[in-house]
Amino acid sequence: MTETLYIQAINQALHEEMERDAEVIVIGLDVARQGGLFGATRKLYDRFGADRVIDTPISEAGFTGAAIGMAMEGMRPVVEIQFADFVTVAFDQLSTVAAKMHFMTRGATHVPLVVRMPYGVNVSGEGYMTGAGPHHSQSPENWFCHVAGLKVVMPSSPADALGLLKSAIRDENPVMFFEQKGLYYTSRAEIPDGEHLVPLGRAQVKRTGSDVTVIATGAMVMQAIAVAEKLDADGISLEIVDPRTLVPLDRETILTSVAKTGRAVITHEAPATAGFGAEISAVIAEHGFADLKAPIRRVCALDMPVPPGSMVRATMPTQGRIEAAVRELL
Amino acid sequence: MFVTVELTNDVLKDMHRCMVQIRRFEETAGKLMEDGKIPGALHLYVGEEAIASGVMAHLSKEDQITSTHRGHGHLIAKGGEFDRMFAELFGKATGYCKGKGGSMHISNMDLGMLGANGIVGGGPPIATGAAFSNKFRKTDNVACCFFGDGASNEGSLHEAANMAALFKLPVVFVCENNGFGEYTSQANHQAIVDVADRAQGYGMPGVIVDGMDAVAVFEGAREAIARARAGDGPTLLECKTYRFYDHVGVRGMGLSYRSDEEVEFWKKRDPIDQFEAKLREQNIMAEAEIQAVYEQVAAEIEAAVQFAEESPMPDPSTITEDVYA
Ligand SMILES: Cc1ncc(C[n+]2csc(CCOP(=O)(O)OP(=O)(O)O)c2C)c(N)n1
Repeated sequence: MTETLYIQAINQALHEEMERDAEVIVIGLDVARQGGLFGATRKLYDRFGADRVIDTPISEAGFTGAAIGMAMEGMRPVVEIQFADFVTVAFDQLSTVAAKMHFMTRGATHVPLVVRMPYGVNVSGEGYMTGAGPHHSQSPENWFCHVAGLKVVMPSSPADALGLLKSAIRDENPVMFFEQKGLYYTSRAEIPDGEHLVPLGRAQVKRTGSDVTVIATGAMVMQAIAVAEKLDADGISLEIVDPRTLVPLDRETILTSVAKTGRAVITHEAPATAGFGAEISAVIAEHGFADLKAPIRRVCALDMPVPPGSMVRATMPTQGRIEAAVRELL
Repeated sequence: MFVTVELTNDVLKDMHRCMVQIRRFEETAGKLMEDGKIPGALHLYVGEEAIASGVMAHLSKEDQITSTHRGHGHLIAKGGEFDRMFAELFGKATGYCKGKGGSMHISNMDLGMLGANGIVGGGPPIATGAAFSNKFRKTDNVACCFFGDGASNEGSLHEAANMAALFKLPVVFVCENNGFGEYTSQANHQAIVDVADRAQGYGMPGVIVDGMDAVAVFEGAREAIARARAGDGPTLLECKTYRFYDHVGVRGMGLSYRSDEEVEFWKKRDPIDQFEAKLREQNIMAEAEIQAVYEQVAAEIEAAVQFAEESPMPDPSTITEDVYA
């Protein structure tokens, strides 16, 4: 076991997969000489050279689309979108081309592509671009969950970041990989020695409990765990479930937990309306209704753009709001 | 009929003052960011002041501009006031956007400043639309969009420029070519040296000026803006320049992606130093008069920072306001 930062885990996954498979390449803004704006691609350029670690012009539609073409020809590109917000510029390529290619060609070709996107609010106050406002702080994962043909992954810990990114690179489909940028330099934990793969589509119970299930994604997992530790003292036992992969979603793990506790709180960083929490809520309502002892609660960001500076705190799901939601259900 | 601004001594003095205002604003903002008083990222305009000053000398409040992530200089040159600008950077309720924009999204519609932009390449289509409205309403207003060499590789620019030329819109595409997009040099992000070469492909004139020389920018902008006002369509005006600080923040030297010698080379061509040398040489401003400008600007900045510091944070109950019209 080695203590590793979330960002180092990402970097390690890229190193290992590039070492394993010569078709894996990394492409994006300042990923080569600079090692990425946040540092996720550090040293790849030195190790694998300019043919496989490629700085691009500021042309998201162009280089994401080009990566799709490479993938159709059997390469395995990993695109870095500098901030998840900028993926809008390339959205057409992903939703129109990447997502539908296998279906439209009836499997004659497919798109083994990974798009890595730092998302969310850097609430920790550490690291780059804290509080940079509406164009650099969004959590747009749900935009992609609605496009069949794309897979959507959101690791919440260094070990998951490592294992999920490696699996994403090996997957035969386009995978949208959301990295919470506040976790990059604050989430430090042990990762297993040796090759570590986490399969896509498998949720994880991060903490077992009996009273309320909290389903949390990304940075909210750590927040939920903190709430659980606090509520232990009051004899309230929380079970924390991290879906890890939003598409395909591991419904079973969620439903099993809710069957046990009878109560569900869902928390994510994106706004509530039509956020992924709505999907989880629907799954529970459709398939676990009989188990519920109380209504489902969502704790999400307010339905508004992410404001700059410290104002953002008042718009975010917080430990206090999670705790309040839990108490309401008991 | 519109009038063209001529290069009188008063105009030269205004341009000088404008450059000093931008320089001092940026240096102060950089310091405040380092002190932790300004959240987020600041992209400073130091080194590029001649461009905003030279272009905006031709524009009134009714003319529109779109800016970039490096937008403070554009707003100052368009008439932005220090106190409301600092307040915005501090995230205060008295800021131009009530603290809801911040550095990268600062704007003021009354001044025709349609917004800084966190998305590279976000501005050109907006300016094109503003220019369309000018034509639609039969005003002789002009829209100017500022964008970097890095932004010149975004599809949004090409799409906007093509339409602007096709519809003969009163818009000027001002490329601030400082040789870098973030940490990638121009040679590593495009196969051309002059962004102005692309103008031909869009169907508009492409003009190159020395972006470290406010007079050269002024002259280039005069012609492009007059052409737009006259209904003859857009121009691509490329200004060759350099940013003295890092992409974000205030560090200037010891950066991995460019040499200190290169920075030194460009600093010798400091747009303000060069301009002041000319003003003195031609007896347009004496040293004392130049110094007086610095003193005035320093006093204005001090007062503005104090205003921003003393201003209230937005009332939390108002945070969700303004999402819809
Ligand atoms: C669509 C998009 N891609 C990437 C970025 C990140 N980014 C911010 S500024 C910048 C460089 C812009 O270079 P240039 O247009 O030359 O302007 P300069 O910073 O040199 O003034 C980049 C890549 C962004 N903000 N938006």
